[in-house]
Amino acid sequence: MVRFFLRRVAGAAMIMVIISVVTFVLFYAVPRDPARAFCGKICPPQNLALIRHNLGMDDPLFVQYWHWLAGVFTGRDLPQFGECAAPCLGYSFATREPVFSAILDRLPVTLSVTFGAAVVLLTFGVVTGMIAAWQQGRPLDKIASASSVIGASLQIYFVGPLLVFFAVDTLGLLPRPAYVPITEDPGRWFVHLLIPWLVLSIIFTANYTRMTRSVMIEQLAEDYVRTARAKGMSGRTVFLRFAWRGAMIPIVTIFGVDLATLLGGAIITEQTFTLHGIGELAVRAVQNTDLPMLLGVTLVGAFAIVTLTILVDVLYAVIDPRVRLR
Amino acid sequence: MTDATREREPAAWSGPGPFLSVRDLSVEFATEDGVVHAVDRLSFELEKGTTLGIVGESGSGKSVSTLAVLGLHDPAHATVTGEIWLEGRQLVGADERVMEGLRGDAVSMIFQDPLSSLSPFHTVGRQIAETYRKHRGGGRREARARAVEMLARVGIPHAAARVDDYPHQFSGGMRQRVMIAMALVCDPGLVIADEPTTALDVTVQAQILDLLTELQRESGTSIILITHDLGVVARSARRVLVMYAGRAVEEGSVREVLREPRHPYTWGLLGSMPRLRSDVDLPLLPVRGTPPSMLAPPPGCPFHPRCDHRRLVPGDACAADRPELSPAEGHRDACHLPLARKREIFDGEIRGRL
Ligand SMILES: Nc1ncnc2c1ncn2[C@@H]1O[C@H](COP(=O)(O)OP(=O)(O)O)[C@@H](O)[C@H]1O
Ligand code: SF4
Ligand SMILES: [Mg+2]
Repeated sequence: MVRFFLRRVAGAAMIMVIISVVTFVLFYAVPRDPARAFCGKICPPQNLALIRHNLGMDDPLFVQYWHWLAGVFTGRDLPQFGECAAPCLGYSFATREPVFSAILDRLPVTLSVTFGAAVVLLTFGVVTGMIAAWQQGRPLDKIASASSVIGASLQIYFVGPLLVFFAVDTLGLLPRPAYVPITEDPGRWFVHLLIPWLVLSIIFTANYTRMTRSVMIEQLAEDYVRTARAKGMSGRTVFLRFAWRGAMIPIVTIFGVDLATLLGGAIITEQTFTLHGIGELAVRAVQNTDLPMLLGVTLVGAFAIVTLTILVDVLYAVIDPRVRLR
Repeated sequence: MTDATREREPAAWSGPGPFLSVRDLSVEFATEDGVVHAVDRLSFELEKGTTLGIVGESGSGKSVSTLAVLGLHDPAHATVTGEIWLEGRQLVGADERVMEGLRGDAVSMIFQDPLSSLSPFHTVGRQIAETYRKHRGGGRREARARAVEMLARVGIPHAAARVDDYPHQFSGGMRQRVMIAMALVCDPGLVIADEPTTALDVTVQAQILDLLTELQRESGTSIILITHDLGVVARSARRVLVMYAGRAVEEGSVREVLREPRHPYTWGLLGSMPRLRSDVDLPLLPVRGTPPSMLAPPPGCPFHPRCDHRRLVPGDACAADRPELSPAEGHRDACHLPLARKREIFDGEIRGRL
């Protein structure tokens, strides 16, 4: 288990390095000059050169990359920008602030949106799927299946404003979506994020309903479930104590795969409700041709996904004792 | 869990009539392709403390008929008719609560593949203990002690240490012992073993069968032993029921059915058994043709499309009239051929080939 874990961590580190190199190279393959963007409309060549120098862009590409990579571990302290402690992901071209602290400032927003939506979608998806499997073929099953089809066809930027219109503007049920730090007021944090969570989770929930239903039905046909029945366990006990364990394995697998999409969805959700999270940072970085910021956002995103994927693997071992001993 | 089940005295049936009596049992499944007639008017009896072997090709309805004894067919898809009397109690149509109280307590089941039939997510100790607690109540510690005791009784070494292992940590034979321990934890009067040795190595097969016989001797349990292997029947059963296409085609003591088989299907089955043959060099003679579809079983004698002897029955009655089991008692079979004719054919043509 420990060796397996270490191997996964080493693999994850490799992935991070590869992603950073690819982002670097791709950025320079795009024919846009960040220095020119800074320089303004009338741009004398000597100004341009100076800006290039200040941004560290007159070094060869691999030197730039090396500086950047070294900074991640040792930090940097450039006179024109100020100090940037390790892990230093460089300085924003646009705002000149250290990328890492800019990301750190906005991380709670994105994490709140993503995790809240994950909790909502897993709870709703799994519970409705279980009900549908339990009521297989009966009206409740049909309702769950039909609403999952509708849910799957919805879009964030369509449902979002609609929900705000009805729940906030018309009925006044919920406050307008916003980010209140959880450390400041957990209650307000919760109610203000409820709409973003619902909107982001609704497109996924359908999928989890359908999947939970089908894996539960599959599990109920397993031999060990029949054995449980044969020793006198009631249908309900079998359903709640036996079958769900097996059903969790495919659900966790798909959830691991969906993490990246969920993070992408969180960014769209942030944009929809103008929450100031990583998404906004990413969009602005693209608009400003801000390489360090873009690189930082990409890597933090990748780091989150890779870490969660390892967590998912650990979860497997918790669910299934057969994995534990491998 | 009900009081009634807890009060049940294990293995105490002494009332009138047989311990288990199945009469005209039919099981039909409604499927997309039509109605599957899996079991068709099956009748048999089982005496206290004895073993009945049920043999027949795969798909002949062995599992379906015994699952009906446990009431494990989903009423949404299956129609079960007829009567199943266990210790004087009718089980067909019995309340689900009553059946839950019986399963694992008065009647328990051992399945073919112990790996897939045990939960991979729970320790063997917990799986045994929860059966005990379900029917007998009692605390965790008591049930766990009972699990260890059962594991030791079925011959698992270091039972106290292995009680916390998961099924996949045992070998195939040891897993089947766990399954047996689980089936016997409440001292059931009836154990149904559905191909309990089919998934195991030959040497382990014999050990498991001997274990079952030994446990039966200790506790007086009645056993239904399902198999497609007549060798298993010869080793462990007192009586044997031969099934074909959801029906009983021959029934009698093991000695009668294996030494003096009467039904042409039983002849075919015996001919296809390598272990009963004296001369191993003779080629195996599998039963000609393929088993019938249970969506539309052949009319008359269900075996007639595969039978070499139907032309001996006048008027092609084999394809028109259903032969019933006769005589009423003892060694019985369901075939239109007169008894004397069957003896003649068996002695003349069949015996030499077995
Ligand atoms: N749940 C079910 N639905 C439909 N058909 C079934 C079902 N279970 C068993 N059958 C059919 O019933 C027949 C008897 O099956 P079974 O009793 O399992 O045979 P076996 O003698 O090999 O144990 C087979 O034709 C099988 O396909
Ligand atoms: S009844 Fe006819 S077809 Fe059926 S086994 Fe007897 S001889 Fe063969
Ligand atoms: Mg079977």
